[in-house]
Amino acid sequence: MPIQPETPTVLSTLEPDIAARIVSRRGAITAGAKASGLVMAGLRLGSVPAALAALSTEAYGQGRLPAVVNGVLNFALVLEYLEAEFYNRGVAAPNLIPAGDRVIFQTIQSHENAHVAYLRNALGSSARPKPTFDFSAGNGSGTGPFADVFTNYATFKAVAQAFEDTGVRAYKGQATTLRPYKAILEAALSMHSVEARHASEVRRLRGNFSDLEPNQGWITNTTTDIPGTAAVYAGEANTTQLGINVTTVTPVAAKEITEAFDEPLTMAEVLAIVDPFIV
Amino acid sequence: MIREPQVDQVSLSEGVTPDEKNSRRAFFRAAGLTGAALALAGCSTEGASLLAPAELRTAVIGITGSVTLDFSMEIDVLNYAYALEQLEAAFYIGVVTNAAFASIFAANEQRVLRDLRDHEVVHRDFFAAALGSARIPNLTPDFSTIDFANRASVLQTARTFEDLGVSAYNGAARYLVRADYLAVAGKIVSVEARHAAAIRDLLNNRSADFAPNAFDQVNTPQTVLMAADPFIVESISAINT
Repeated sequence: MPIQPETPTVLSTLEPDIAARIVSRRGAITAGAKASGLVMAGLRLGSVPAALAALSTEAYGQGRLPAVVNGVLNFALVLEYLEAEFYNRGVAAPNLIPAGDRVIFQTIQSHENAHVAYLRNALGSSARPKPTFDFSAGNGSGTGPFADVFTNYATFKAVAQAFEDTGVRAYKGQATTLRPYKAILEAALSMHSVEARHASEVRRLRGNFSDLEPNQGWITNTTTDIPGTAAVYAGEANTTQLGINVTTVTPVAAKEITEAFDEPLTMAEVLAIVDPFIV
Repeated sequence: MIREPQVDQVSLSEGVTPDEKNSRRAFFRAAGLTGAALALAGCSTEGASLLAPAELRTAVIGITGSVTLDFSMEIDVLNYAYALEQLEAAFYIGVVTNAAFASIFAANEQRVLRDLRDHEVVHRDFFAAALGSARIPNLTPDFSTIDFANRASVLQTARTFEDLGVSAYNGAARYLVRADYLAVAGKIVSVEARHAAAIRDLLNNRSADFAPNAFDQVNTPQTVLMAADPFIVESISAINT
């Protein structure tokens, strides 16, 4: 079943940046502000952004984040649920990941589960339940194009790359919506760049760290060597930024210019990409 | 005093792809006539500024060797990014033009470092064009602590710069009001994160090091500028953060 974007019906009357004003960054924590379990969890993760966002959630009151923020965070939560379960199952699958590569996927697995935990805590009772996934991309049939995803390592790595590159573009597409809510924006950005780290590692791993195109850490034009993933890379050949045709202001070739900028996807575009994976 | 870049006294044209070296722009760069120099000489600069006249920076720059970035002005947030991209571009140009480059790095490592040089030059030139006459002058790198002929020295410095860049963009977002500025910062930060992961993997292949935390750091301008300070001759300070 397709997941529809959550359209905010009632915009909160709360001052958008109230959290940032109430919570004076690290000072609130070090000054002995009453820190909840969620805040402390954020700190244990080594994450000031997560702790700050947790504080900001509390400043709004549990479950009282503005609707537009809830919509974005629930959208992110669907993607993080998808990724977390994907890696949980992949790491648990017998004879899938070679011993030498396990640390890579265990690292990503732990991060995606931490992202799920953060988003669920931030959303409180507004958090979506986890959907049922079909990682074959068969909409529940189990016989989609990636049917051997947990028995064929090449397929598993390819789907991982598609998820990570999609995740980067998905968070990026929501940054401007979160812009007034600075603490939450920073938490989202700190997950966004981690997804980009994952993408880089998985892309390079797929080329056995030869760093030959298209298995480099970055996206060149709309190039993909994974069948069925054209939508994941659509728009990545853009060379115009802030209205400037970048090819006219640098001697570097257009191909590398496209690598130097990652492009966003809208919520609808992302949901269309992940729809086959959701039952 | 605005000084010429001193990346091993390498002209910036050496940072460009070979087929572009004969372009007029590359010629100007090779001659040391970078955008700011052209601007100072009263020549037109490449790329139209996006900024309305009222937004043009009035900050005092240049002659005292210090730069003050006013974070209450969005253009100076872009100048902050421009400063960091200048630093990264100069660093990777120094890396790939060093005589030892081909002997100390494996073929795949050379590919990665050349790509990073290209990407950072793109970022630098893009910000220069976007800022137009509102940009800060060319900064003078100080890479005296880096041994460009030593693989570990280069990669460890690269790791520092890339992680710092990620944390800087993540921390600068709160100062951006215009949606298109925030969007373009988002387009760049994830590329810096891709770089950071690749460099970290070159230092420790197939390990957990490519992404040390589930949440990347979000650093204040002061923290970032303090970390960058040893590598830049000019003193850069941030106000109204």
